[in-house]
Amino acid sequence: MSDFFVSAQIYLPILLKGMWLTISVTLLSLALATALGLVWALFRTSGVRWLSISTRIVVEFVRGIPILVVLFYIYFVMPEFGLDLTAFQAGVAGLALTYSCYIGETFRAGIEAVDRGQVEAAKSIGMKTPLMMRRVVLPQAFRIVVPPYANNMVMLLKDSSQVSVISVAELTMQGKMLASSTFDNMTVFTLVALLYLCLTVPLNFAMRYVEVKMGQAR
Amino acid sequence: MIKLENVHKSFGDHEVLKGVHAEIDKGQVVCLIGPSGSGKSTLLRCINGLETYQAGRISIDDETVDVTAPSIHDLRTRVSMVFQRFNLFPHRTAIENVMEGPRYVLKQGKAEVREKAERLLTRVGLADKLNSYPAALSGGQQQRVAIARALAMEPEAILFDEPTSALDPEMVGEVLQVMRALAEEHMTMLVVTHEILFAREVADRVLFLDGGRIVEEGAADEVLRQPKNERTQDFLRRVTHPV
Repeated sequence: MSDFFVSAQIYLPILLKGMWLTISVTLLSLALATALGLVWALFRTSGVRWLSISTRIVVEFVRGIPILVVLFYIYFVMPEFGLDLTAFQAGVAGLALTYSCYIGETFRAGIEAVDRGQVEAAKSIGMKTPLMMRRVVLPQAFRIVVPPYANNMVMLLKDSSQVSVISVAELTMQGKMLASSTFDNMTVFTLVALLYLCLTVPLNFAMRYVEVKMGQAR
Repeated sequence: MIKLENVHKSFGDHEVLKGVHAEIDKGQVVCLIGPSGSGKSTLLRCINGLETYQAGRISIDDETVDVTAPSIHDLRTRVSMVFQRFNLFPHRTAIENVMEGPRYVLKQGKAEVREKAERLLTRVGLADKLNSYPAALSGGQQQRVAIARALAMEPEAILFDEPTSALDPEMVGEVLQVMRALAEEHMTMLVVTHEILFAREVADRVLFLDGGRIVEEGAADEVLRQPKNERTQDFLRRVTHPV
């Protein structure tokens, strides 16, 4: 056991570097995926047929492809079309694109779960669609969406390990490299798992807190 | 003020309104009664542009109600609506519900709107509930907030869609009282209701809608006491003597 702590002290600084990259990849792709997801959801619920159908096609298409393949595609194939991204950029783009579809569907479900009477009440006091969305529908949809959105967030954090396949040196990648050079698989991967938990567990608690807080305002 | 000319409305193959003619003058209280499924609510919703209609014309002071026209938003600020299920915004307090329209649609100043909202909520007897969320209010209280929300738009007319049907019986009175006070101030009102007593006392005119047509109309006293149409007679008998 004391061996574990001795080795851990040596490995941790390297792994923390990877963890930092994991956090950056996650936060960046989460921000992009959320913004894009909101756009998808608004398109899907716009009532404009061609917009909603073409969005649906894009969403179904992207959701049907494994993240790994999306990442390979963006990193290895897109340069042929002149889009030459660094591994980090490609990783963020791939995660953001894939998760925008999951998050978009979550938002859409939230918007559709808002009672129709709310829309009618908003219209009946003369609100136009953008104002109604901003003041009436989205604030209520937001509450509905917190638990599934938090779920998406945690999944995104864990899926950020996938960008290691295109050589982004995030936590999992650092662990793999460290393990293959030290052969100390147990210590390294235990530390990697613990570091992920250090991120996901507080995240879950934070979301529970937000959920409870918002429940009180009803 | 509100004019309906040969209004037709179908949901798919099902024709709900089959040529409705009616006119509501300024300052009049008109009650719209009729069996369920006769198209009362649909008619009201067409006037507010919440439903489209396929033929005929609905106009408010000669301006046509057309859901696809940009003028619809403006028309809705001039004719308010009170719903059966209140439809208060659950994420906003009573006073915020009332302030929402004047503040964000009419873009009036905050202090002015707040003062108006307080005045209106006091008028409907809710001066002590300004900061309560709808979930903390009874059905009757919620409906009174909804009426204050409609009044805050300073509308030329208010449409009431069965405003007391979703209430527990002991709360019906408090809502009808507010409506009666409005009628006494000559607010133009079109009320879909099953409260025949209220209609008899408060309405200037009564329209009886059956099978998508107005089959009888006239002074409230006349239609409700001595209905001429057989179906009106039958309906009133069933409503007033349910057992």
